[in-house]
Amino acid sequence: MIEPTVWRTATVGSVAHPSPRLAILRLELADRPVHVPGQHYVVRLTAEDGYTASRSYSVASAPSDPLIELAVERLEEGEVSGYLAEVVEPGDELEVRGPIGGWFIWDATTPAVGVGGGTGVVPFVSMLRHATEIGRTDLLRLAVSARTTVDLPYADELVEAGALVAITRQPTPPPNRPTGRLTAADLVPLLTPGATYFVCGSAAFAEAATQLLIGVGVDAPAIKVERFGPSG
Amino acid sequence: MAGPTRGFLGRHRSPDDVRLPPGQYDVGDGWPVLTAEATPRLVPERWTMTVDGLVGTPMTWTWAEMHALPQSTYQGDIHCVTTWSKLGTNFTGVSVDVLLEATQPLGTATHVLATSTTGYTTNLPIEDVQDGKAWIVWEHEGKPLTPEHGGPVRLLVPHLYFWKSAKWVTQLTFLDHDQRGFWEQNGYHDRGDPWKEQRYQGD
Repeated sequence: MIEPTVWRTATVGSVAHPSPRLAILRLELADRPVHVPGQHYVVRLTAEDGYTASRSYSVASAPSDPLIELAVERLEEGEVSGYLAEVVEPGDELEVRGPIGGWFIWDATTPAVGVGGGTGVVPFVSMLRHATEIGRTDLLRLAVSARTTVDLPYADELVEAGALVAITRQPTPPPNRPTGRLTAADLVPLLTPGATYFVCGSAAFAEAATQLLIGVGVDAPAIKVERFGPSG
Repeated sequence: MAGPTRGFLGRHRSPDDVRLPPGQYDVGDGWPVLTAEATPRLVPERWTMTVDGLVGTPMTWTWAEMHALPQSTYQGDIHCVTTWSKLGTNFTGVSVDVLLEATQPLGTATHVLATSTTGYTTNLPIEDVQDGKAWIVWEHEGKPLTPEHGGPVRLLVPHLYFWKSAKWVTQLTFLDHDQRGFWEQNGYHDRGDPWKEQRYQGD
């Protein structure tokens, strides 16, 4: 087994574009350490002149998946996300290291509540897939939010798993909830004694969601937050 | 991978890039927020700053007492491990040197553990908080530091990756050994020098 922080070469197995702003990359990487849901990989790109740019992406796949699945949101002028979303093809080689992260992780042995915004749902997809596989979906409750269903990666999978889905801008959202941001009333039914609360999304989403959780009585130390910066 | 990534050009490189450590990009006027915890709402009047551990005189300052100390400003760049850098910014507060002058760390002290009101911790060699390298700050570009950026008060150690600049700092504890903090226990580098690209343990 190779250490997670060593740079290695992964081969792109497939690239899917479920929406104009989203790319799903599946990578082959031999002899990698098995990840824990919530962990991420770093992808490093190198130009001809040696210039490098690297960004972190959460893993969407279950630990048992033979490939690593990363969901990449294509950001405006994003030099890494733009490359991964538009240039990368199956068979390409990418330099990666991981899995990384010992904080925002869940191994499906204790209760967890996930609150995700936009591509912030990606680590929860890994958690959900893992919980489904080992028969412990009873331990995981999810509330997710996006502007439209197109902006919500893995929307069908999340809806099917019973996640509460808040769509904020779309006039005709999925049937289980009216259009609008997540509210305290949405989160109260998810509260679970002894649970760890995972919040993942943009800085603004993460701030709003953590304040909502604190507002409905969750202790701050029970909340783990992963905020996205505007890194491209 | 030995060679370049197929088809990757990268962003336009400008002469200003000499100020960017390897693997960093200029975030411009923005200032991303990256924190692993809920943002606390601190009341300045109830906040205190303690320096303890291996020091001659452990001391605690209130908000008002901190503001009565000689103030200074850091003008320069900051670098986050998530690859953004913010160039030409400034912060105002008190140099950690002022606190060390008052408390007198012992000769046996080799490291510092900074602790926040949230329980967040980060470790630093003593050399990295001495001689004009570290501050306790409450102002950013002339305005009070906002809660999501660590306000009302944070540690500032701008020559290291920014997770070392603990938000909502409340305590500096001097130790005779290195004791890993929050991110360091979770795989991040003990020192975090951006110019050596010390992002993770082993870099």
